[in-house]
This record gives sequence, C-alpha cells and structure tokens, in this order.
Amino acid sequence: MKSYIEPEFIVKRDYEKCVKCKVCINECTYGVHYYDDKNDIIRSRDENCVNCHRCVVFCPTKAITIEKNPTQYTENSHWTREVITSIKRQAETGGAILTGMGCDKPYYTYWDKILLNASQVTNPSIDPLREPIELRTYLGAKPDKLELELENGEVLLKTKLAPQLCAEVPILFAAVSYGAVNFNVHLALARAAAELGTFMNCGEGGLDKRLYRYGDHIIVQVASGRFGVNPEYLNVGAAIEIKIGQGAKPGIGGHLPGEKVTQEIAQIRMIPVGTDALSPAPHHDIYSIEDLRQLIYALKEATDYTKPVAVKIAAVHNSAAIASGIARAGADIIVLDGVRGATGAAPKVIRDNVGIPIELALASVDQRLRDEGIRNRVSIIVSGGIRSSADVVKAIALGADAVYIGTAALVAIGCTLCQKCYTGKCPWGITTTDPQISKRLDPDVAAKRLINLVRAWSIEIKEMLGAMGINAIESLRGNREQLRGVGLTDTELKILGIKMAGE
Amino acid sequence: MNGMGVNVSLNNPYSNDKVIEACAIFGMMDLSGRRFGFRDPVKAISNMRERSNGLGAGFAIYGLYPEHKDDYALHIMYLNRNAREKTEKLLEQNFDVLKAEEIPTDPKAYVQSPPPIWRYFVQPKKSIAKNISQDDYVLENVMKINTGIRGALVISSGKNMGVFKGVGFPEDIAEYFCLDEYEGYMWICHGRFPTNTPGWWGGSQPFNILDWTVAHNGELSSYGANRRYLEMYGYYSTMYTDSEVMVYALDLLVRRHKLPLEVVAKIFAPPFWFEIDAMEPKERNFYMALRQCYGSLLMNGPFAIIAARTGEMIGLADRLKLRPLTVAIKGDLFYISSEESAIRLVAPHLDKVWKPRGGELVVGRLKTLKLLEIPQSGWEDEKLY
Repeated sequence: MKSYIEPEFIVKRDYEKCVKCKVCINECTYGVHYYDDKNDIIRSRDENCVNCHRCVVFCPTKAITIEKNPTQYTENSHWTREVITSIKRQAETGGAILTGMGCDKPYYTYWDKILLNASQVTNPSIDPLREPIELRTYLGAKPDKLELELENGEVLLKTKLAPQLCAEVPILFAAVSYGAVNFNVHLALARAAAELGTFMNCGEGGLDKRLYRYGDHIIVQVASGRFGVNPEYLNVGAAIEIKIGQGAKPGIGGHLPGEKVTQEIAQIRMIPVGTDALSPAPHHDIYSIEDLRQLIYALKEATDYTKPVAVKIAAVHNSAAIASGIARAGADIIVLDGVRGATGAAPKVIRDNVGIPIELALASVDQRLRDEGIRNRVSIIVSGGIRSSADVVKAIALGADAVYIGTAALVAIGCTLCQKCYTGKCPWGITTTDPQISKRLDPDVAAKRLINLVRAWSIEIKEMLGAMGINAIESLRGNREQLRGVGLTDTELKILGIKMAGE
Repeated sequence: MNGMGVNVSLNNPYSNDKVIEACAIFGMMDLSGRRFGFRDPVKAISNMRERSNGLGAGFAIYGLYPEHKDDYALHIMYLNRNAREKTEKLLEQNFDVLKAEEIPTDPKAYVQSPPPIWRYFVQPKKSIAKNISQDDYVLENVMKINTGIRGALVISSGKNMGVFKGVGFPEDIAEYFCLDEYEGYMWICHGRFPTNTPGWWGGSQPFNILDWTVAHNGELSSYGANRRYLEMYGYYSTMYTDSEVMVYALDLLVRRHKLPLEVVAKIFAPPFWFEIDAMEPKERNFYMALRQCYGSLLMNGPFAIIAARTGEMIGLADRLKLRPLTVAIKGDLFYISSEESAIRLVAPHLDKVWKPRGGELVVGRLKTLKLLEIPQSGWEDEKLY
C-alpha cells in the first residue's frame, strides 16, 4: 500500500559547511542520512527523521538544521495536521498509534498560572548564602502525636516511628524500568541519587545485581507484571513502590516489545529472551482496596516492616477518594502521577486524553486527607511534568512532600522529547537496549549531569524559600498562603485552594 | 471556606490571610502568687509606644476571678445585636451559666467604636458533655461560636483569667476596661502596629484558648502550613492571625498531646539538621522524631512570644532570633518584654536581666504551683523546668 503520510520534518544541510565527515550517518539510528557516493554528497531521507537533534548536536561544522515540513494541509483548526496524519496512519496499519513521553497537548499547565510570594519589611527575607536553609525531607507515615516518658529525669521517646526515607532534597528520580532504558541509564541515576542523598526508582523491570550496592538509594517497584520481583530484590531497596497506575497511561498496562528484551533484560525480568513483556492493566490480585491492603502488608512482611511501602496511582477524577483508601490500607507514601507523566510506550489516545493535571489532583488529595485527619499518616510524592525548581516549590506549597522527576532527568542526560522511545532506537542511548547504541550514554557523564541539575534546582529552591522568609522546607509544605493564582476561574482557585493574585 | 465547609472567615471582615504587624509585648508575673494591680504592666507596655500605633492593644490577667476560679470565664465580643441573642441561646443549651454580665467600661476613654463585651461564668452541662473532657467540650463550643455565629467572638475561655482587648493604645484600652479595678498575679500585655488592616477589635491581641494565652510579635512565614495542620485537629483560625495559630498549637501540644514546654519550644524553634546530625544517637533520634512528626508546627519566620497558662509564663523567640526579647528578675517579680527599657521603667534595679537566644525557652513558674489545681500534664518534676 502506498503511504500517503508526508515527512513531518525536513533536514536542511548547509553544503558550504558540510565536510562529508559522515558523523551524521553514524549518529542517526533511523537511517536518515546516507552517502551518495556517485555524487560524493550526503543526502537525507526526511520521512525517517524524528527530530531528535542527535545529528544537529554532533555535526562538527554545525551544518544541519531540522525544520517542520513547510508543506501544510489546507489550514483547518479542527482537522489539524496531527489529526489527518493519525487517520492516514491508522488507515494504513489498522493499529493503535503508539507514542512515548508525556501528554504534549496545550491543556492547562497550572504551574504557570500560580505565582509565589516574597517577604518584605514586616518579615525579613533570608539569604541562603548566609543562613542555613533546610531541604531535608523525611518520607513515610508519621504518628499523630509523640508520646514521651520520663526515666531518671531524662525524656525518652515512647512512640516508635514507622520507617522513613531521608531525602536531602525533596526531588527523587522517577521510575524508568530496566528494559525501557538500558543499564547505563540506571547506573547513572543510581550514582546520582547516592551522591545527592536522594533516591531513584528502578521501575517495574527489576534491578540489575550490579546496582545492589546503591540499594540504600533505590526504591524498588512492584507492578502488575511482577517482573524481577523476588525476596532479595525487595530487601535490597530503601523502599518498595506498588505501581497501580501511571500518568501517561492510566488504566492500562505496559508492553515492552520483544526486540528490547535482550539476554540481560530477560534475566532480570525473569522471562525468555525476545518475548514481549506484558504488564496487565490491573494487578490480577488487586480487584479492590482490601486486596491492595493485603499486598501492602505482604510486602511489609517480606521486608520485616523495615521499609516504607509506597503506592503509585495515576491522577484521575476520583484520585482523592482512592488516595484516602490507600492511606487507610496502610501505605506509607502515596505517589500521584499527573497527565503529563511520561512513558516509554503508550497508545497516543490514552496518553493525550486520560487523566487530569497533577496540580488539581494534588490539591484535592492533600485537602481530602486533611479533611479526614489522616494527612500525617502518609507522605505525598507527585510526578508528571515537573520541569523546574519553581514547579517543585509550587508542588510542595500545594501539599506535596516531595516530587519525582522523570522527563526532566532524561532531558538532563540528552533526551529531546522526540517521543519515539517505543522504537528502541533512541539515538541518545537512553531508551534503547541495543548494546551498541547504549554505549553512547556514558554513565559518568550522565551522573554528573543529573547531579548538576538537582544541585542547581536546590540552589534555586533555597533562594525562593529564603525570599519567602522560610528556612526549612517543612514550613512550605501545604503552605498555600504562599501561592496566588492568575488567569484562573473561581472554581479552579477553589480546587487549588489558593487565592487570586491581588487578594 | 476551608475544605470542611467551616466558614472560618465569618468573623473577620477583612478576610486577610494573616495580620501583618509589629508589636510590643510585655509580661509580668509574681512568682509568689501575690496579686497586683494594673499600674506597672500598663506603664511598661505604654512606654513602648514606638512599637504600637494605636490600632490594637490588650491584656490577659491570670488570678483574675478567684471567686469563680473553677468556672470557665468566657469573654465574648459582640459585633452586632443578633450575635448576643444567638450566642446566649447556645450557651444556655450547652452550659450551666452561673453569671452573665456586660464587662464594665469607661466611656470617657479614648477608643473608637467599641463593641459590647460580655463575660459569662459557665460549667459544661454534664448531661451533654459526656465522653469528652471538659476542656475539649469548651473548645468545641468556642469554635462553634467563632465559626458559626456572625459577629460573635470568644476572646478568652480559661478559668480564673480573662482577656481585655480592643482598638486603641494600651493605656486607652486599660482605661476603657477599668483595669484599675482588677488584680492578678500575672499580666500579659500587648501593643499592636498592624500594617495591613485597619485595626479591628477582634484582631487585637493577646489571643487565648482555654488556659493558654499568647502575646506575639512577629509574622510567621509558615502560617499557611501551621494553620492547615491545626485544622486537622479542629482548630480554626477565625481571626486569621499567626498569633492565633501559636495559641492553638500550645493547646494541642501541651494539653492534648501532653508534651512538656521545653519540648514544645523545640517544635516551634527546632535545632537545624546539621546540629541534630552532630548529636549523640539517643538525642539525635529524639530531635529527629520531633521534626518528623511535628514539622508542620515549626514556627518559621520572625516571632517573639510571651505565652501564659495558670501558674506559668514563658518567653520564646524564633530560631534566628529575628524579634527582640528580654527577660528580667527582681525578687519575686519575673518580667519578659520586647525591650529592656520597659522593664527598667517599672523596676530600675534588677537582680538579673538577659536576652535569651533564638529558640531558647524561658519559663517562670509560681513557686506554689503544685498547691494549685492546674491541668495535670504529668510533667511537674521534669528537670528541664
């Protein structure tokens, strides 16, 4: 069948600059560039280009630019190019359209409609260069009150606290599974987490034994496929996360194509080489909240009650009620993943249409748990599109204890959000398990880039806290007085629990 | 409106998040329990005129009503006529009202548009107040009035104590409420310099709930976090001031969670993590647990407070010490003040005077405290005192 789909991008090569070194040919994993030896010239197959910028960055003479295809269909705000292309593709393949990363639609990003406060005159701002500003965050269930007792005139703690995770910064690396990414990515995340005093989540694909030494900084995940889950795995991590849902694809499972299941991946996941790794949509042992409770306690039993257990859900309409149930089911941490949350592969229609913005879900979950008087019982981690230190500060002020960053972490190590992770050919060496391409990701360099990113954000967070006159992050948590909205309706303001700027 | 459907802004016509203010605070206590009059406290607080601007002042007096020492003394401010009718109906329903009277005032005093303030001596109705401590029962009803009846504000609800406050300079408020007719063994005084609201009677200080009173100078950056935490325990910040948050936090931690004051001070103004990390394991675990469990009650930003309950007066400043606080002793008299000058004015020759560091708790206690009937916190012999 002749394809009616036109190239999305056009590769422009400045032939005055091109020295025919063929770096672009080697770097491109999609076969865009090729050498025409008859004419001694490098040419492009535009239809293969995914706009990943690998060739643009690595071309030594900066001869390449990528442009959006200027040939557009007749202008139509309803039947956009994206719509027309999708229909043609489906008419040609008969399948669901796959994509990677998070929802890219211009739905509200509420972070950009929320502004922060600063202290002046009546309350001095604090200079983080002169005064300590504390970002340390403990994640886990807290008791409603502490009981003390006196012994020989000494005050002793009677209450025993549930196990806690100590994060030196309220930023953790979100789950990306081994298989979706390669070992080098996991190694870089683990090293960075250890160096920063925070945590990486290994995702649902198990954990390579070589990373066990970083276990104190790894949250191990248990998802519906139960890949790589065994007693050793559960006990090596600092905490366990049960993944119920994911912001990029609420309500559906996962699919790691067999092409990505190499010998290494197969061994860790405990499946045959080359077979598709399918995570069912629900956990087939969790059909209701009491089943979740059983799994939470099964995992606590397996780890002798020494580790916090988190439950991750996608932000959907009734997140608040679900979160309340999760808290009561005994989880120590609730992870909320918003509609912008990313994935290695998801049906595009799900990614772009299912779920709600994390800002709204967070605001309603935090308020709901407070209304029920159980906010102390759980910590809240939010994820899904956290782009900057300002987003982190706003999330904590809305009610989060900490955030996970996934996309931002991958961008730090090269990702350009071309959204083609599911092809397994990531030219940046991230979402690929091909041993040759994986080599492109140097774990030392990647770890350094991750550490730099989080350190930079930490400095910025301290600046923002100091400006508000706050010197400990816990005084920001749920402190919505420090937030004001712009361009929001009354209902939006009410759900966010914040006032309009000027009020 | 907060999430629980409680209209907390009902009685705050300005609907501010918090009152931004600078203040003068002064506390004076006779450790022997001897009751004394208004002269020294009013003179001292009035001396710190630079710190107040005539838009709010108030006094809390302990040992005020010996003839009613076992009854809850409710001082209630009425900002409109219906409010009293509704409030008294609620009081009649839930309490045995032993005495009700309008608090005497001197119309010659220089104050603007004063609302009527009544006092009631009450006992919880035993038939209704079952399965709940008397204090919690009173607290519940105070919250019911403050959040449910427009124009009614309970400004104090302790036993053998009372708060008098309003819009004016401290000396005018003292004159207005005829404070020359009262005596007590402890006076907590406040002069206010609000910068974001016109002064209004309900927003003046000190703030009280049950036995606890706070006079506060400062502005809490953590206010939003503190307020939302306290809401979980049924404390609604009806007057939207950070000072209110302080007094509720004290009631929660000391009365309900039974924590000693020294520990509460370490919750309000905890050591930094680098200090905690350097402690011996036992101590470290203790401070770690405090910050983990009560992080939402860390009072962040500038504050100096004088807080009082039966038999005790405490002073505390924030951990960076962004507000002044001076403490002095002369014989049996114990003073805490924003400025030393105010103390020197009434007691020029002091035995001891010092400025506590940020986060350092100062406690003055009645020598006879054990002989008095006070709420049992179980910590009388604790060495930290």
